[in-house]
Amino acid sequence: MKIFYDFHIHTALSPCGDQLMSPNNIVNMAMLNQLDVIAITDHNTCKNCEAVMKVGEEKGLLVIPGIEIECMEEFHLIALFHDLKEAKYIEDILRNHMPNIENRADIFGEQHILGENDEVIGEEKQLLLTATLLSVYAIVEKVKEIGAIIYPAHIDRSSYSIISNLGFLPEDISFTALEVSNNANLESYIQKYPEHLIIKSSDAHYLQDIAERESYILADTVSIEDIFRCINATS
Amino acid sequence: MTVKELIEEMKLEIVAGEENIDNVIKGGYVGDLLSFVMSHAKEGNLWITIQGHINSIAVATLLGMSAIVLTEGSVLTEDAHKKANDEGIPVLSTNLSSFDFICKLSSKGIL
Repeated sequence: MKIFYDFHIHTALSPCGDQLMSPNNIVNMAMLNQLDVIAITDHNTCKNCEAVMKVGEEKGLLVIPGIEIECMEEFHLIALFHDLKEAKYIEDILRNHMPNIENRADIFGEQHILGENDEVIGEEKQLLLTATLLSVYAIVEKVKEIGAIIYPAHIDRSSYSIISNLGFLPEDISFTALEVSNNANLESYIQKYPEHLIIKSSDAHYLQDIAERESYILADTVSIEDIFRCINATS
Repeated sequence: MTVKELIEEMKLEIVAGEENIDNVIKGGYVGDLLSFVMSHAKEGNLWITIQGHINSIAVATLLGMSAIVLTEGSVLTEDAHKKANDEGIPVLSTNLSSFDFICKLSSKGIL
């Protein structure tokens, strides 16, 4: 069946994410757009995944916990996990390899941790919008080791993309999927990378940017297992 | 030296943050990896880079840099342009590479 998705959505925890990116607003907008599944992918953290997952469960939308990881080479990767435990495990590794720079909310934006009623339950003090001190190789290894999904984010962009920063896809890392952003011509990337699954996600920082019912993958059921199987099967 | 004097000496184009061209330049820093720049550049530095996106302006603001020079004709994105004006970070542009720009600075005895 066709499963319509958006696997790249930020919450108010990302400093660049709008304050309106709360669990209920995100889930409501995704359902309004008739999506079957979304993933929450804040910068180097999974702390808002739990609240969005709870809201999704109540309202009947599958929410995958994820992290948008910034590697040492300063490009972004989307990691998707089976559950919060896996996400937290990777978050802890990232946290141990991040420069301890305090967030300046006046410059970068607020980093709010939210509850399932959209209430602010905490604030992340450490700046999330920074590269970790782990190479792409180390990150991919750690994520794959636990059976989770990882692929490069918005490869069509001129910043924070594996192509813009390295100039090519390293042959010694095997990604099954590649993400392109909203503005990319999906067809041209499918032709250019025939061995990869091309995932088109929104990278929404604002509610109105969350994907419409447009991009889909083919999986047997709307479940994390089947969706991951589909992403992994491409290679 | 001020940013304004640098613009005149090096014949640079100012693309944003014109209000603050009286900023005084104290040394410089070259780098395109923002995380590294963030933890190594100093206040008052002139930052020479190809990164013209919004987070470059945030890093320059965080560190209190005097100006950014975008080399090799790198483009300042629209949102970065607005942020540079809001934060008062002068952004200058040159078609020279970072290496050639610094060589020219040095040969003119500017910095």
